[in-house]
Amino acid sequence: MALNKNDVEKIAHLARLQINDSDIVEVAQRISNILGMIDQMQSVDTSAVSAMAHPFDAGQRLRADQITEINQRDYYQQIAPATQDGLYLVPKVIE
Amino acid sequence: MLSKTVAELAGALTRKEVSARELTQAYLDKIHQLNPALNAYVTITTKQALAQADAADSRRAQGNAGPLTGIPIAHKDIFCTRGVLTACGSRMLHNFIAPYDATVVERLEQAGAIMLGKTNMDEFAMGSSNETSWFGPVRNPWDHARVPGGSSGGSAAAVAAGLCAMATGTDTGGSIRQPASFCGLTGLKPTYGRVSRWGMIAFASSLDQAGPLTRSAEDAALMMNAIAGTDLRDSTCLELAFEDFTAQLNQPLAGLRIGLPREHFTKDLNPAVQTILQNAIRTLESLGARFKEVSLPNNYLSVPAYYVIAPAEASANLSRFDGVRFGYRCENPDNLEDLYKRSRGEGFGDEVKRRIMVGTYALSAGYYDAYYIKAQKIRRLIKQDFDLAFNDVDLILGPTSPHTAFKLGEKVSDPVTMYLEDIYTIAVNLAGLPGMSLPAGMLNGLPIGMQLIGPSLSESRLLNVAHQFQMNTDWHSQQPEV
Repeated sequence: MALNKNDVEKIAHLARLQINDSDIVEVAQRISNILGMIDQMQSVDTSAVSAMAHPFDAGQRLRADQITEINQRDYYQQIAPATQDGLYLVPKVIE
Repeated sequence: MLSKTVAELAGALTRKEVSARELTQAYLDKIHQLNPALNAYVTITTKQALAQADAADSRRAQGNAGPLTGIPIAHKDIFCTRGVLTACGSRMLHNFIAPYDATVVERLEQAGAIMLGKTNMDEFAMGSSNETSWFGPVRNPWDHARVPGGSSGGSAAAVAAGLCAMATGTDTGGSIRQPASFCGLTGLKPTYGRVSRWGMIAFASSLDQAGPLTRSAEDAALMMNAIAGTDLRDSTCLELAFEDFTAQLNQPLAGLRIGLPREHFTKDLNPAVQTILQNAIRTLESLGARFKEVSLPNNYLSVPAYYVIAPAEASANLSRFDGVRFGYRCENPDNLEDLYKRSRGEGFGDEVKRRIMVGTYALSAGYYDAYYIKAQKIRRLIKQDFDLAFNDVDLILGPTSPHTAFKLGEKVSDPVTMYLEDIYTIAVNLAGLPGMSLPAGMLNGLPIGMQLIGPSLSESRLLNVAHQFQMNTDWHSQQPEV
């Protein structure tokens, strides 16, 4: 599966990644090469095989619904790029 | 002193031949001398290390010491360390002071190990040569023109050069075992769920495992005793009773059945590496092991399936790095979307961006079944190959890597060639099995490892076989001239 410029732009948007225009052709080429390698999978008949998401087909362990975490907001926000009054600051979203 | 094993150092500490403080200072001095050339450490925690050393000395004086009390360790920079920079090889986290300790870090500290610093690694553990690090490549102590392997390249180089006694690594597709092979070390990737992933920055959550990089199997067993075990903070961590991984080290190998996968011993494997493996097989035969051929017919599909599953999981895991709450934020964003896109575009390196895009593509509407579900089905086929093989044999032996350490820059321009480096190791992660690499020989002055793979939870058996091999060979004792 070879990707073109539009495909790369669409994927980069979905992943919220800025890719410089000058890099797009090379990115498309390299990702196409990777997808070409991955496509070896398509030659195998897996119609009778069920998908495996976990090495031991295990599910998630549940714990009791109890509060175990204490509030450490101020501590965690020490490493934030920008905060005010306990809130994370980002560019204006609503005019 | 600095090239001794953990077990030897523990003896020296017990006999008071050296104090933890003296030992720590000696390692710190050597780090300052050699690290500028090797780039194995990205952060050196001198003050904290000396404080921990003093605490370890008092613990020993009180008769309250374990085997790791006072032993200096290096942590891969993927593990969160409270109050210490945890950058994961990325510009994205170049300013991230972790607010808590990973379970692995916490347990080793409780055992009395002394953290010397944090080691360099491929960015977010995505690489097989340590060349994708934002902090620059690590040099292999055996030959500075060569890579140490990856992604735990800094940890491997640090142990091999005598810049720490032991180190932590993580292995998602071979990132402990391949650097162990390239640097002449013993490296163990435990069974999935054996070691807590809490506080270990996630790459591919269904594959990631932490494990030891050490000078010997005995040392790896000592480290496993500290780090393995249930952790309620990681819901994928298995609930198991404490296991002493040193208990079986001296068990004889008589009657042991070892499988040799036909698919690992092909023309793609360097003939000199084949010869080294044949010699190792003869050694193990002389110790009572019996060999037979087994088949892993779907092994060739492990790299393709992995490069769907790992990027898919990575694309989800790395979505948390958005420039809002911590880590890198771009300058003067125009709006929220610009903040996300430029913070991520500028904060991540090329390989990480490629994998995020491959994963995003594989999970996107219209491609999910063809890529992601297909890869998960192939994952089951790969697991079934191992299950069948282990009906006939106790463990499997083969190469860790097709060759010795390659040169810096040799493969970095072609991602697919780099991905195929992990052809012998990736299937083990997909199947969730324990695997280890241990030195098996030398080729043109460079070490080469062999890989042992066992059924789930067979770490003690793997360590036993490795230890018996090391009692009868001296490949693990070879040291680079530094």
